[in-house]
Amino acid sequence: MRRYFGRKLLIYGLTFFVAVTVNWMIPRFMPGDPVASMVARANVTRPEAVEAMRAYYNNLFGFDQPLWQQYLNFWGALFRGDFGLSIWLFPTPVSDVIINAVPYTLALIVPSVLLSWVVGNQFGAYAARRKLLDNTVLPVGYVLTAMPYMWLAVLLAWALGVIGGFFPVAGGYSFSMRPNWSWTFMLDLVHHWTLPFLSLFLVALGGWAIGMRNMIIYELESDYSNYLSALGAPSRLIRRYAFRNAVLPQITGLALQLGVLVAGALVTEIVFAYPGLGSLILNAIKNKDFFLLQGSFLFIVLGVLIANFIIDIVYVVVDPRTRAGMAGAQA
Amino acid sequence: MRNRARIMIPLVAAGLLATACTGGGSTPTPPAGQTQGSQGAAAPANPDQLPRSETLYTTGTQWGPPANFNPVREWDSAVGTKGLVYETLFHYDTTAAKLTPWLAESGSWTDDSTYQVKLRQGIKWSDGQPLTAKDVVFSFELGKMETIPYHNLWTWLKTVEAVDDQTVKFTFSKANYQQWDFNLYGRTIVPEHIWKGRSEKEVLDGVNENPVGTGAYKFMSKDQDRVVLQRRDDWWGKTALNMEPKPRYIVDIATPSNEVALGLLMQKGLDLSNNFLPGVANLVKGNFGLTTYYAEPPYHLSANTAWLVPNNTKKPMNDPAFRKALASSIDVKQIVEGVYGNLVKASSPTGLLPQWEQFVDQNVVSSSGFAFDAAKGKKLLSDAGYKDTDGDGFVENKDGSKMNLTLIVPSGWTDWMESARSIATSAKGAGIQITPDFPDFNALVEKRAKGDYDLLINNERQLSNSPYTYYEYMFQLPIQKQQNTVNFARYENKKAWDLVQQLDQVKTDDVEGMKKIISQLQQIHLDDMPVIPLWYNGLWAQSSNSVWKNWPSGAGSAPKTGAVMWRNWLELGGFESLTQLQPSGS
Repeated sequence: MRRYFGRKLLIYGLTFFVAVTVNWMIPRFMPGDPVASMVARANVTRPEAVEAMRAYYNNLFGFDQPLWQQYLNFWGALFRGDFGLSIWLFPTPVSDVIINAVPYTLALIVPSVLLSWVVGNQFGAYAARRKLLDNTVLPVGYVLTAMPYMWLAVLLAWALGVIGGFFPVAGGYSFSMRPNWSWTFMLDLVHHWTLPFLSLFLVALGGWAIGMRNMIIYELESDYSNYLSALGAPSRLIRRYAFRNAVLPQITGLALQLGVLVAGALVTEIVFAYPGLGSLILNAIKNKDFFLLQGSFLFIVLGVLIANFIIDIVYVVVDPRTRAGMAGAQA
Repeated sequence: MRNRARIMIPLVAAGLLATACTGGGSTPTPPAGQTQGSQGAAAPANPDQLPRSETLYTTGTQWGPPANFNPVREWDSAVGTKGLVYETLFHYDTTAAKLTPWLAESGSWTDDSTYQVKLRQGIKWSDGQPLTAKDVVFSFELGKMETIPYHNLWTWLKTVEAVDDQTVKFTFSKANYQQWDFNLYGRTIVPEHIWKGRSEKEVLDGVNENPVGTGAYKFMSKDQDRVVLQRRDDWWGKTALNMEPKPRYIVDIATPSNEVALGLLMQKGLDLSNNFLPGVANLVKGNFGLTTYYAEPPYHLSANTAWLVPNNTKKPMNDPAFRKALASSIDVKQIVEGVYGNLVKASSPTGLLPQWEQFVDQNVVSSSGFAFDAAKGKKLLSDAGYKDTDGDGFVENKDGSKMNLTLIVPSGWTDWMESARSIATSAKGAGIQITPDFPDFNALVEKRAKGDYDLLINNERQLSNSPYTYYEYMFQLPIQKQQNTVNFARYENKKAWDLVQQLDQVKTDDVEGMKKIISQLQQIHLDDMPVIPLWYNGLWAQSSNSVWKNWPSGAGSAPKTGAVMWRNWLELGGFESLTQLQPSGS
């Protein structure tokens, strides 16, 4: 047990170190100078004033130090929980910006991923046994999954938002409201959350269902199923075993999915103007906001690592082979 | 499922808490006994839910969360910081071309280098303290700090003194009359009793969390994608100016894209969009209750001139003859119709905005102006010695080397990207090879500042009180290693720059004197073509009549000011437009 988690933790530690380093490097080697664009935005004409401002901001952001020093400072600040000031939203601290955005993103991603996984798997398992479902609903799943996400999202916004008028097309809550603890506000939150959630959910659902369906069919035709059935076991029991076996690769898929999810949410958030992490990342890139970009990526890296760690634990519970491996048994 | 709920509850709670915390500000209580809006006996405003009939929703200025409320940061402070919360001494009326006294009751030159401002009586800051001459002195003296954007004022302004509580005397070492008017409606006045003792860092970079201004609005709340302003019912202008902005609440929405703005507009959740919306002609003609300033092309007022900026230090752009040939070979009409669908207007050869038309010297234009004419462009090229020696359809440099110019515009600016393609196509007709290139915005800023480009499109000067700002853009010297805001073309002409400075020395009421100098500047511009004017960008304003009506319009007796919340435009008529609105309901 300790060896298993010890090794995992070591790998996670290494991944974290590399990810943070790459994360620090990428914005710095992107073309363009953030201070230059800050000064340009300030619309200062006189050369003396421009120089004064440049020097001032270079010093403020520590760009006047050698690269290695900047790198060390970055780690130092990181351990103090200080991500620096956002350049784009100057002078807001990056941590504030991210903390404001993260709840929206999580509220969007976590339910849509988990729910689509659960529903998709159940649905796929049913579809494997019901010809009717298999022939009608699954093809829709194929189409949904294959469709460019952006397009689906825009279609949803247009049909249910602009034309149907059922859901708002932008914002995390009504522009006429201020956050409070009333039911009206909660309902409003959910109302704004529905469309982006639905778009993420629908796309992911089809993929999970298809995967599960194929897997179940494979398991139901495998030797152990045939053997069980020859022994006269009830088909409910066979299906239960088949499901347990089929779900393992789906769990791995879930772990992988978590990694690319933020990218998925990025597009969602832009289409629906949802105030989450995704729109922050886009703007950080557009504005060469080193610090915000680093902060957001760090958050994603942490999120993915934690999610994977949880999946590792889940594996111990659901896959007896992992437990056997930990106890030192040979397969 | 149970697991999910366990994870979700604290997450959602944390999320709500975080957003609730940023709600900020004190909970506004509706002042007792005030008359409700024109909607009749509406219920008292619930601070958590704004009444639709008293709220104006706008977008198109802010592209991200409101980061600060610092009026010194004129370029990225939250919408309305300057103009709605803080105010300036004057406004500028773009149609009448004159300053409108605002915080100042009057202002005049007492001699050639002394300007005296009389402040209005009885103006109070939102914390109840009176506005005095000392506040004005303090605000201008902030510019003495080196990193403050208007620091350069102090190279020609000698002293600012408070003569008495209502009188401020400005003494100049060199009276730059044209620039001074610009400063009179451009600089915000901040309260000395609150700002005194703030360090340079705080003045330049401070968030200024609870702004105390003299303006008609105060900040009520903010969030990632919005700023909410609430009208002050004790605003001085109600009695002194006899005007009042009609919306009790203004919500400025930060939309990430024009598509979102369009969606909101169609859902009637938005009253004013200052975005560039390509298909607006269909919207105005269709039955959507949307209006723009003009009901026919170009639909919008003109806000600024888009130029093609050649890098005057590189060959062949360093040859005026080549630049003139290039100017003649660009089919701007094609851009106006094909790219913009007539949403913009082709510019005059001088590039001076329609509002400055009186300064255009028709004689100069008719003798030296240019127009699209591919044949003439070709002829100008060959007269200047540019020949197609290898027969590929494109001319070569004078020394025989291949000429292939790159035209850069920011990636993602789709209208400009199309325009760049159009320019490349029409220049081909005259035999000039241009390749459009779309670097990302920051990379472009860097190239532009360093002069590491061939051609680019730029429009970074807005309408102002005087063509001075226009010619300052074109001719400012000396050329720096980094050109950050003006003269990206790196055009060096000492005579032209001297003339621009002379223009600055002409009093703003001396129109004839201004015309004389401007006519010479036009001559230099058209002879040398340091930058090539292309079209006038619009003052994009799409407004919905569903909640508010009487939007500015070119027709009938409607207000003639621009309906814009863009930075620095509230002083150019944007604020006055707000006072002219009427509720549509009833």
